[in-house]
Amino acid sequence: MNYQNAQTTSKATLEIANLNFFYGSFQGLKNINLNIYEKKVTAFIGPSGCGKSTLLRTLNRMYDLYPGQRAEGSISYHGRNILDGAQDVNMLRAKVGMVFQKPTPFPMSIYENIAFGVRLYEKLSKGEMDERVEWALKKAALWTEVKDKLNKSGLSLSGGQQQRLCIARGVAVKPDVLLLDEPTSALDPISTVKIEELIAELKEDYTIAIVTHNMQQAARCSDYTAYMYLGELVEFGETDQIFMNPVKRETQDYITGRFG
Amino acid sequence: MNPVYRKRLWRHRFGIALSVGAMAIGLLVLAWILLTLVIKGASALGPAIFTEMTPAPGSEGGGLLNPIVGSLLLVGAATLISTPIGILAGIYLAEYGEESWLAQVTRFVTDIMLSAPSIVIGLFVYAVYVANVKHFSGWAGTFAISLIAIPVVVRTTDNMLKLVPNSLREAAFSLGAPRWKVAMMVRLRAVKAGVVTGVLLAVARISGETAPLLFTALNNQFFSADMNKPLANLPVVIFQFAMSPYDDWRALAWGGALLITFSVLGLNVLSRTLFSQKVPN
Repeated sequence: MNYQNAQTTSKATLEIANLNFFYGSFQGLKNINLNIYEKKVTAFIGPSGCGKSTLLRTLNRMYDLYPGQRAEGSISYHGRNILDGAQDVNMLRAKVGMVFQKPTPFPMSIYENIAFGVRLYEKLSKGEMDERVEWALKKAALWTEVKDKLNKSGLSLSGGQQQRLCIARGVAVKPDVLLLDEPTSALDPISTVKIEELIAELKEDYTIAIVTHNMQQAARCSDYTAYMYLGELVEFGETDQIFMNPVKRETQDYITGRFG
Repeated sequence: MNPVYRKRLWRHRFGIALSVGAMAIGLLVLAWILLTLVIKGASALGPAIFTEMTPAPGSEGGGLLNPIVGSLLLVGAATLISTPIGILAGIYLAEYGEESWLAQVTRFVTDIMLSAPSIVIGLFVYAVYVANVKHFSGWAGTFAISLIAIPVVVRTTDNMLKLVPNSLREAAFSLGAPRWKVAMMVRLRAVKAGVVTGVLLAVARISGETAPLLFTALNNQFFSADMNKPLANLPVVIFQFAMSPYDDWRALAWGGALLITFSVLGLNVLSRTLFSQKVPN
């Protein structure tokens, strides 16, 4: 099957080639090949344990934190293989941000939550930092709700607000890519709609990869969809094509709810 | 009534009765100790206990000024020494505990130190320090009680840090933060209250220690704030005065015991209220 049948005009930000991933001796990903296109939303769907989160976590090398987990193959970013041991993982993560399933505000004020990441790589004056915090909160559609309580703890916000704070925090460091790992699965429907609207706006400026359990969500907010099963990439293509006219029988079964 | 349910109900009542009984025994003993302390010690409590020196046997008046100052110096210095060492070691254990053998050995040794009899630690400091410099001193006492406080702080810091959800660490790493910054600025901060509690518990523990001070700080019947000389301190003064045949000394010993007990009680209550305020999500 031809994974590249997606007719694309945009260029690939991340090119994944022959990627294999191991948890100790267990192989979590098997020979994955796909491109994540610039300023597009790529969704990863599939049943639990299919490797979609694992794949996402290779893109910023989050797995590096855990001894025993390793990736083989290549993920090319700006012409460099980020799986290479010489890759500075902190620099990589500053360019490839991540938002998690559960909101993870740091135990500090709303303002400090955003300034924390910015200070790691930039030296800004107080005024510039204020502007950056405001800019990031506006990008995450949270500014109007928190502008009067920037000194309050990030933990005092509601779940949906906390998640948008985490998105603001990720955006504030000005990454190229945002990885969203089931960003709405812990949120109520109204917060979910807000985050989805946000994704649509963010793709103007960022390349986005999203893992989701919710097929409607993938259909609504992605440009490309990858269906994975048991560590393998079953089908990858433009979202419309995957949902309307999948090439593979397994994809069709999963999408129509006969399986999964 | 359904016989199965009735049987369960009686078992339930029996279990509750046992638990209440056990709690009552514990509380009763505590209340008894506190009551005895208050009855026997209250008469010695007064402004004089904080302003006057330990008296000669049979002389009028007298207080516990020199041992109070000495104890504050000892416990203060030991806290200043053991807090940074304990917290840094605890961070090391929580961050690297699963991967490095040095961390595993450290954790093992910490556990042994936690349960080591304090008199052994006193003898150790006597052998390596006091016997070499050939005099008792405040510093030797500080050294001994620091050795007792450090493992307490290490253990609580380690345990607290492990409560921080992994997702919070990953979130900090995902911004490109280096490991030490994640550990200090995010992980440690998330359990600040718990770590402070550990330090307070360590302070409570060392403020009542007698055995390690007997061989190290010893005692001093005169006022001294010189850490290089033998230093008066409450536990050793209580020990000596309580064993003496003089009524006024024994009364002062009760007063000192009351003072330590309520300080420790206060510290415990403080640490409880601190901890109940904030637990990470």
